Amino acid sequence: MTAFIIRRLIALIPVALVVGTTVFGLVHLIPGDPVSVMLGPGASSAEIDELRDQLRLNDPLPSQYVAWLARTVTGDLGDSIVQQRPVLTVIAERLEPTIVLAVAATLVGVLLGVPFGITAASLAGRPIDRVLMIVAVAGISIPYFWLGLMGIIVFAVELRWLPATGYLSPFSEGWASLRYLVLPVLALGFSQAGFVARLSRATTLQVLQENYIRTARAKGMRSRRVLVRHALRNVMIPVVTVVGLSFGVLLGGAIVTETVFGIPGMGRLILQAIQQRDYPIIQGALLLVAMFNVLVNLVVDLVYVLIDPRISYS
Amino acid sequence: MTTTATTTAGTRPPRTRLQRLVSILRGSPGVPIGGGALLFFAVVALTGHSWVPDPFAQDVINRLQPPSADAWFGTDEFGRDLFARMVTGTRTTLLVGATVSLLAGIAGVLMGMLAGYYGRLDGVIMRVMDGLLAFPSVVLALGLVAALGPRISNTIIALAIVYTPRIARLIRGVVLSLKQQDYVMAARALGARDERILRSHVLRNIVDVIIVQLSYIFALAVIAESALSFLGVTGSVTNPSWGGILSDGRTYIYQAPSMTVIPGILIALLVLALNVLGDGLQERLDPRLRGQFRG
Repeated sequence: MTAFIIRRLIALIPVALVVGTTVFGLVHLIPGDPVSVMLGPGASSAEIDELRDQLRLNDPLPSQYVAWLARTVTGDLGDSIVQQRPVLTVIAERLEPTIVLAVAATLVGVLLGVPFGITAASLAGRPIDRVLMIVAVAGISIPYFWLGLMGIIVFAVELRWLPATGYLSPFSEGWASLRYLVLPVLALGFSQAGFVARLSRATTLQVLQENYIRTARAKGMRSRRVLVRHALRNVMIPVVTVVGLSFGVLLGGAIVTETVFGIPGMGRLILQAIQQRDYPIIQGALLLVAMFNVLVNLVVDLVYVLIDPRISYS
Repeated sequence: MTTTATTTAGTRPPRTRLQRLVSILRGSPGVPIGGGALLFFAVVALTGHSWVPDPFAQDVINRLQPPSADAWFGTDEFGRDLFARMVTGTRTTLLVGATVSLLAGIAGVLMGMLAGYYGRLDGVIMRVMDGLLAFPSVVLALGLVAALGPRISNTIIALAIVYTPRIARLIRGVVLSLKQQDYVMAARALGARDERILRSHVLRNIVDVIIVQLSYIFALAVIAESALSFLGVTGSVTNPSWGGILSDGRTYIYQAPSMTVIPGILIALLVLALNVLGDGLQERLDPRLRGQFRG
C-alpha cells in the first residue's frame, strides 16, 4: 500500500507541473505590458519599473519560469499588488467558506441523489422513474446561481424566513451559521443531486443485472431487501468515487454561488483581484484551488482502493 | 462500415443515411424534443433582429416595468424592452455555445486520437490534459478571461481550452479500445498508413460518440458563459447576453424580479433542450458509454 501511495504521489508531479506552467503562463497571456495593466493608467514609470523588477519580468522567460517554480514549490506565492501582503496569507483567510460550501453541497447531492437514483432504477420505466429523471435533468440544466437568486426572492424577500446574504462560520458560530448556509448549499446541492441521481440510476441498473442479485432474488429475498442488502453497497462504491472526483466542479460552483449570496470566500477574492488586476492573487488562487482539487481526487482514489476488495493496488 | 458481420440476429442496420437519421429520430423521444427546441432557439437567434423592437432604445420613464402587453418580458433599468434584449441575447448565447463545442470538439478529438493511437504521445498529451483538468472549469475560464480580456472571442477561447481535455480523455479511451479491433489490425497488417487508418477506421467509428458529447459540451458551455457574464468578467454593451441581463437584474431584484427570473428560465430551457437531445442521442447512438461530464 505504501508503494502504491508513493507511486500515486510521484504521478502528481507532472500534473502539478502543468498546473504551475498554466498559472505562470497566465500573466504572459495579458496583451501588452502586464505591469502597466496591473498598475493602471495612474502609475508612474518608477512604480512600473519597480514592480517589473519585483516580478522579474526583465529576466529572460526561461529563467523567470525556473525562478517562479522554485519559489512556488517552497510555498512562496508572492505578494498581492493591492494589499501588499503575501498571497498565501490573503487566500488563507478566504478558504473556509468556499470549502464549507463545496463540502456541504456534495453531501446534499449524495443524500438526495443516491436514494432518488436507486428508487428510479428499481422502478425503471414506471411513471415515478420518469418523473424523478425529469427532475434530475432539470437539476443539471437549471443554472445553480440562478436557483440561488430564486431562493433569495422566495425565502428572503417574500417569506423573510432566511437572510438573503452573508456568512457565519459554522466552526465559530455553530448552529447560527445554518440560516446563512441553507440557501447557497441547497442551490448548489440541487444541481449536484441531479447529477448524482442520474449516475446512481445508471449504476444501479447495471448492478441489478449481476448474478448475485439474481441469486438473492431466486432464493426468495424480497426485492426491497435485495436493494438494500446487495445493491446499495455495490452502487455506493462507484457513485461515491465519481462524486469525489467531481468535487472540483463544486469548488468552482461554490466560487460562483458566493457572489450570489455575498459570501466572503475564494470567489469574491478572485473577482475582486480580476477587477483590481491583482494578478499574483489570481495566480495563487488558481494554483491552490487546482492543487487542492488534485489532492482530493488522490484521496478519493486511495479510499476507493481501500474499500473495494476487488481492486488490488499493486 | 461495409460488413454485415456486426449485425445481431433479427435487427437489420439501416441502409441509407436517411434511414439512419429517421431511425435516430424515431428511436428516442429526446432527439425530436431536444432537437426541436434547439432548432427553435436557433431560428430565434438568426431571425430575431428583424422582428423585435430595438433592444437598445431607452425609455427612462417606463423603466423596470413588469411584463405587460407592450413589453412582454418587462423593461430594464434604462426602460429598454427586455423581450427584445433576450431575443437578441439568444444569438450571443448560441454563438458562444456552438463555437465552444465545435472548437473543443476539434481540438479534443485530435488530442484524444493522437494520444490513444500513438503510445509515444500518450504520456505527454494526457499529462497536459490532466493538468488542465485539475482546475475547476469555471475557475480556469475566469483566469484565462482575466488575462486575455473580457471580449466574447476570448470567452470562447477560454471555454474551448477548458472543455478540450474532457473530450480528449473520453476519445482517447475509445480509440485505445478501437485500436485492438480486428479491422484496425487488419488494415495495419495490409500496410495502410496511419493517417488512413485514423481517418477511415477510427474517426468514422467515433463520430457517434463525438456527436453525443458535443451536445453535452454545448450545454455546459451555455451555463459557463452565463456564469462568466453573471460574474461580470465577460460580456459587452453592444451584445446583450442572457447572463449579462441576469447580472444586471440582480441589482433590481426587489423592484423588477422578472428581469432576473426570465433570463434564468431561458438559460435553463436551452440547457435542458441540449441535455435531453444529448440523452436521446446517447440512448440511440452510444448506449454502452455513459460518459457524462460534470462541469
